[in-house]
Amino acid sequence: MVDIFINPFTQNGFMVQAFLAGLLVSIACAIAGTFMILRGLAFIGDALAHGVLPGIAVAFLVGFPGILGAAIGAAFMIGGITLITQRSRLSSDTAIGLLFVGMLSLGVIIVSRSNSFSGDLTRILFGEILGITPQAVFVQLAATVVIIIIAVVCARPFLLLSFDPEQAQVAGFSSRLYHNVMLFMIALTVIVSFQTVGTLLVFGLLIAPAGAGALLARRIKAMIVWAIIFGVLSMYFGLLLSYHFNLAAGAAIILVTVAIFFIVFILQNIRSRQLLRSKGAAHG
Amino acid sequence: MAKINPNISNSYGRIFNPVDVPCISARHLNIGYKDEAVVPDINFELKKGQAMALIGTNGSGKSTLLRTIVSLLPALGGHLSIFGRPPGSDPQRIAYLGQFHKSSFILPLRAIDVVRMGRFPVHGLLGKMGKKDDEIVMFAMHTMGIETLADTPLGYLSGGQQQRTYLAQVLAHQADLLVMDEPTAGLDAGGRDLYLQAILSELSRGAAVVSATHDIQEEASLCNQVMLLARRVVAIGPPQSTLTPEALLETFGIVVTGDQKHLRVLESKHGHDGEQDGQG
Repeated sequence: MVDIFINPFTQNGFMVQAFLAGLLVSIACAIAGTFMILRGLAFIGDALAHGVLPGIAVAFLVGFPGILGAAIGAAFMIGGITLITQRSRLSSDTAIGLLFVGMLSLGVIIVSRSNSFSGDLTRILFGEILGITPQAVFVQLAATVVIIIIAVVCARPFLLLSFDPEQAQVAGFSSRLYHNVMLFMIALTVIVSFQTVGTLLVFGLLIAPAGAGALLARRIKAMIVWAIIFGVLSMYFGLLLSYHFNLAAGAAIILVTVAIFFIVFILQNIRSRQLLRSKGAAHG
Repeated sequence: MAKINPNISNSYGRIFNPVDVPCISARHLNIGYKDEAVVPDINFELKKGQAMALIGTNGSGKSTLLRTIVSLLPALGGHLSIFGRPPGSDPQRIAYLGQFHKSSFILPLRAIDVVRMGRFPVHGLLGKMGKKDDEIVMFAMHTMGIETLADTPLGYLSGGQQQRTYLAQVLAHQADLLVMDEPTAGLDAGGRDLYLQAILSELSRGAAVVSATHDIQEEASLCNQVMLLARRVVAIGPPQSTLTPEALLETFGIVVTGDQKHLRVLESKHGHDGEQDGQG
């Protein structure tokens, strides 16, 4: 019985590498996802995750690493959103939506014009966690360390920004600067994470574990820790399901992480209802 | 003119201005937004240990002036200096309470975490917070009567309790200048009393206070100066001589005067921007 939980990882090198990559991605996504949710940047996270597609497609076409293309795509997205928001009366979600669909369709057009792409497209959209290279894991390690450092150094401005951007500004922390640092952190997470579960689904890793953490936590640190735990659990069970039932690994991971969110959500609702009832009973 | 004293260290180790440099000095100051001037030609000085109340209807320019002082808005013209320097130069010395807080429901923050943020400007990005800070934070919560709510998530607090939390955050800063937009909004009578006590003790500590208020009776009465605003400066001066029925009429449009001790103001709109309706 225990074998089915452990053997896939002890007997297959690729499963170990996949889990290692998943672990690093879970940490990065937990941190970036937590601040993304607190700051109300979920839409931009989603748009970044999809908007990097043309960058990756072009990089694959010319033989550059996909991660470089993703970085250029993300920079283009953030630059465009900032430009539209500053130079017009449009709100940022309008700008995000515009660039989101624009970049996505551009990506599809590039991919569809190239004959050799069908295999690559699946890799881009759904990830290749089972075929992840040690180099990719190393890049993820480096990025995760950078993300941790950013979160530690910028903890105070990030907290103030989430609370009230004006309060951050008056307290001497430039809200524009730290907003951009936060965007950079989210973009970096997307860029190094898309190889595991793909551009279509990486947003799930950003939002679901941190969202479940938000339901449980009373403090931001606790929210991050919960998000890491849920992320790692999703990776483990997702990979396991994928191994035993021959499912697409990326999709299995995301399905588990969303399932965890709903389990937490339901359990918490039951508990708060019980608490209310017992309180009501106590008050007679 | 008295000669300028050398800088004096206060008990928190920070440097106060030479006494002659006012905390705020405005000369022919014009405030407003890029495409809309709100109040022209504002002139006043606020010294340490003094309080000033801004009084006016919604949209009269109170918030605009406060936001200009804390450099969230640039001055449109004229001169404004804070501690003798351009606005925004000394964030560690200025505490600000804005009028709006975005829905804090989602934020996993306890009341004490919010109050602790008041210490961030003092320590900057990486400065270490220690036991002294914890004491200051707890004292500020005690002052606002919310020390028992320290571990309660912000989202569970009532509006008045949240307002007390934000006020405790301002107090925890131990700033040299407190800038507050409708600080008593949503407070019950007990909260208001605690707030007034707290402000008196901030003033006696040497801090200067400027606040926008609708509370002409209590809050304005402990101020050295009041400024009546109606998209222009209607009157400025000590409360006794400035809060006349005539000036209030000009400021608010409609004034109901009972006996002199209980001036009451009915709000009328001066038109204009997106400021939320206040407590009236």
